[in-house]
Amino acid sequence: MSDPYRLTVNGEERAVEDAWLGESLLHVLRERLDLPGAKGGCEQGECGSCSVRVDGELVCACLVLAAGAVGSEITTVEGLQPERGDFTDVQQAFVDEGAVQCGFCTPGLVMAVHALLDEVPEPSEVEVREAISGNLCRCTGYGRVLAAVDAAVAVRRAGVPR
Amino acid sequence: MADVLLPTTLAELVAARADDPTAMLLAGGTDLMVAVNAGWTAPRSVIALRRVDELAGVRVEGDEVVVGAGTTYRRLLAPDVAPLVPALAQAARTVGSPQIRAAGTIGGNIGTASPAGDTLPVLVAAGATVALAGPDGARSLPAADVFAGVKRTALAPGEVVTGVRLPRPAGPQAYRKVGVRNAMVIAVASVALVVDAERRRVGVGLGSVGPVPLPAPEASAFAVTAIDWDAGRLHDPGATARFGELVAAASSPIDDHRSTAAYRRHAVGVMAARALRDAFPAVPGTEESAA
Repeated sequence: MSDPYRLTVNGEERAVEDAWLGESLLHVLRERLDLPGAKGGCEQGECGSCSVRVDGELVCACLVLAAGAVGSEITTVEGLQPERGDFTDVQQAFVDEGAVQCGFCTPGLVMAVHALLDEVPEPSEVEVREAISGNLCRCTGYGRVLAAVDAAVAVRRAGVPR
Repeated sequence: MADVLLPTTLAELVAARADDPTAMLLAGGTDLMVAVNAGWTAPRSVIALRRVDELAGVRVEGDEVVVGAGTTYRRLLAPDVAPLVPALAQAARTVGSPQIRAAGTIGGNIGTASPAGDTLPVLVAAGATVALAGPDGARSLPAADVFAGVKRTALAPGEVVTGVRLPRPAGPQAYRKVGVRNAMVIAVASVALVVDAERRRVGVGLGSVGPVPLPAPEASAFAVTAIDWDAGRLHDPGATARFGELVAAASSPIDDHRSTAAYRRHAVGVMAARALRDAFPAVPGTEESAA
């Protein structure tokens, strides 16, 4: 067991007690903090389905030692919108463009696309492909995802409020 | 004692390591956490490096560029850093995915000492030195002397990597790598080429073709004579083929689940020849690509 520690997740201080020292942030989010949005796929940083932001950086939560993330700002897919059930423009674009099939990769892709658009508001297709190169989807293929990114960019360019 | 320490200074880090020699060092986590998640290793205590001030940052000191051990691959790619370390930036671009590049660090790449570590051939090619700190003080080692075998370093017990020093770029640099796709790939074989036109030196580093990143001294010496340094091109464009042969001869690959020794030897020769060709195009300005 590790000493109790506190994590800042989606703007809230959350206590983690009775955890094993080696637990990943992914495990702690899902199993201890009731935040199952980040998905556990490969647990080795290959699939991107556990993508979260830590101090603004897009990372795989499975490769973050939870007890080492004390003092960092952690944002999960649940924290993208203040109200649960609301969609961000990127999430809405995924729905509109049919970029979701089984949905397992979707939270990670949504996090990756938000990270991209925060940095590059109007990315080229090559930039989009590189930005999602660490997110595996085995259902739709990536064509629908690329279309969703285009749609989200178009919505932002048109200035439609999120 | 706390089971995860987050020292903020190098002195605290070295002291913590001396206090608990079995503590695992955690940089970006991209290697350590894979092992922990898979159950290959179970840490009893961890020293996380991310808050240690002295490990952060990239700066120019005279003729050298100093890269802190905590510098992520993503940071190496940043527009204010990449021009200082062109081949390192190219190598960093080939690592994993954006998620991996935002977490993994050059110090972690050195500490893990995988034969496929993407920054390691660059360090060898550039003639970089690796800065270390330990209970007996600071020292530095030539990059080529840091790697003792597959995933083994020459670090003394209690030592940590604090950074690397490379000469400022003074000529063409390249990193080339083959793998099964363009992202999320561990190198099947890789080549770094670092040309210093001021000192008239050609550095070569090879990855995934030996237990450690390898230099190619005969290929380097040959290239120095093949280059018309005043004109900035090769005396004979055909010299790239001989350069490739000498690089292939310097490799020491094995067959494994990722590729065969024969393919790897061939691949490093081809990549090296192309890197030299693009560094010294027959007609200047016709480089195939900057990458």
